[in-house]
Amino acid sequence: MTATETRTPPARAHGPGGRAGRRAGWARGVRLALLAAFLVIFLIPVYVLLVTSFKPLTEADPSRAWALPEVWTAQPWRVAWDKLAPGIWNSVLLAVPGALISAVLGSMNGYVLSKWRFPGADVLFTLFLFGMFIPYQGVMIPLVQLLVKLNEITQSVTGASGVFYGAIPGLLLAHVVYGIPICTLIFRNYYVTIPDELIEASRVDGAGMLRTYWSVVLPVSGPAFAVVIIWQFTSMWNDFLFAVFLTGPQSWPTTVMLNNIAGAQTVPYSQQMAAALLASIPTMIVYVLLGRFFMRGLMAGALKG
Amino acid sequence: MTRVRRWLPGLLLVTPSIIAIAVFVYGMLGWNFRLAMTDRHDEISEGSFVGLENFVTLWDQKRWGISVNHAVVFTVVFVFGALALGWLLAFLMEKGIKGEGTFRAVYLFPMAISFVATGVVWRWLMNSGQDERAVGLNRLFDSLGLDFLQWEWFRNPDWGMAAMAIPAIWQMSGYVMALFLAGFRGVPEDLREAARVDGCTEWQVYRHIVLPLLRPVTLSALIILGHISLKVFDLIVAVSGKQIITDVPAVFMWVAVFDSHDPAKGATIAAYIVLAVSVFVIPYLVWTLRKERRP
Repeated sequence: MTATETRTPPARAHGPGGRAGRRAGWARGVRLALLAAFLVIFLIPVYVLLVTSFKPLTEADPSRAWALPEVWTAQPWRVAWDKLAPGIWNSVLLAVPGALISAVLGSMNGYVLSKWRFPGADVLFTLFLFGMFIPYQGVMIPLVQLLVKLNEITQSVTGASGVFYGAIPGLLLAHVVYGIPICTLIFRNYYVTIPDELIEASRVDGAGMLRTYWSVVLPVSGPAFAVVIIWQFTSMWNDFLFAVFLTGPQSWPTTVMLNNIAGAQTVPYSQQMAAALLASIPTMIVYVLLGRFFMRGLMAGALKG
Repeated sequence: MTRVRRWLPGLLLVTPSIIAIAVFVYGMLGWNFRLAMTDRHDEISEGSFVGLENFVTLWDQKRWGISVNHAVVFTVVFVFGALALGWLLAFLMEKGIKGEGTFRAVYLFPMAISFVATGVVWRWLMNSGQDERAVGLNRLFDSLGLDFLQWEWFRNPDWGMAAMAIPAIWQMSGYVMALFLAGFRGVPEDLREAARVDGCTEWQVYRHIVLPLLRPVTLSALIILGHISLKVFDLIVAVSGKQIITDVPAVFMWVAVFDSHDPAKGATIAAYIVLAVSVFVIPYLVWTLRKERRP
């Protein structure tokens, strides 16, 4: 390699005043400038949403589209709240219990698949993972048919109509079941880090599977629970496909209601954008307060534990 | 016997999930494929088995060809766009930079928001009105004197789907950045230092040490982006509604089920989406399983 003789030593070997040091400083400046430019580009939609959502009707004019409102008003927000509130409540009824049930199921599966393994556990786990990637369109029509059947069964047994299809429990069921793969993956990857010796010691002491789970594994599961709950809450809150196929007007969650509001041609921009912001507040709070856990959920989705 | 006693309780504990996955994932995929092979073209008849007829006749429909075309354009632009931008952002941040936490948080936040909510603003940003009727980005270009950048965005019949990929890139490139950043930081510093001592330039260190080690991350990102792309639905509905100009298979399926009331056709489209995703997800999962079994 002839380049060896002429190569420049690493930049860090020079003092800050050296030529290489100056070049490194210049490179850092360029990097910072590029990152800042992308920051601005990424925030453009947020600027538009915020600015427009505070504009009165009279200012919803193309020529002033990018300007700040001359008169600030919360009116669009009030209208958006009135229209969206039932959907928000439906979303809460869906996403809060849904996330909790998902976490419990994922925790039990993850425990067994990492610490109480049975023959074929790896293959089973891979079969689970495929469920994470399936396009939900592929199960949509049968799912509707199954929920309709469940409606008929519950009606003939309890007399209550429309319990599953067209209602929150059906949507909840779908989200929990199709959330099993990712929840299992997150917990399994987390529990792998618990030393096997700990489980072994508990076994030697005569504790069974559930006992070990309850007194050894569960007490250290906090972070994994946080990741799964945030992850499932966000995906249930943001989901549109299941909601639009499985719910009726009484049980529409936020996304479906928002889409209906935004789809109407006569609704002013300012109200649509206020509604879009309103619909995003819960997930944004989760992201801002618990971004670290949100991030871990994302990384788990990439199969990298 | 004692060995069975050792693992049986575990198996019992996951049995409910096994049943759920068996029924809801594999059972329903099978059910959908069976429905796709019948002539149940309305909601009253039972339908009888017709084999792969629906899979063949679908290609006679102009709309199906258009939607497949759109999906391909969207996938190519979205996957490479998000991969390139995510990689660039991670590369710029790799060595640590002032305010890194803020940059990361901003690049990543679009992921926390639903496509339906961001669709509201992107539909406005990508409004096709131009010059004095311009709103959104066209208005911005107009006032910056960059008129030549104005175009009809997703209403362009040829490249509209490339415009539709822009919000998707906005939403997902932060995720790719996070993956690559973890990948970059996972490269041990001693490895880089050793290469430098051996006389490698920074570029050679990058080319021969860092890039090869990023390959698994790139593959993961590719699979995740690809499968999101092929089933994309809410973004399209939120930005443009159910217009043919932005039709993709997932939207076409919705139209077939809800508007044309044709379950067999809807199931056929759904089956094609499943097949398209499976073609690269299944090899990936098999590869992951093998890798995990290796000690």
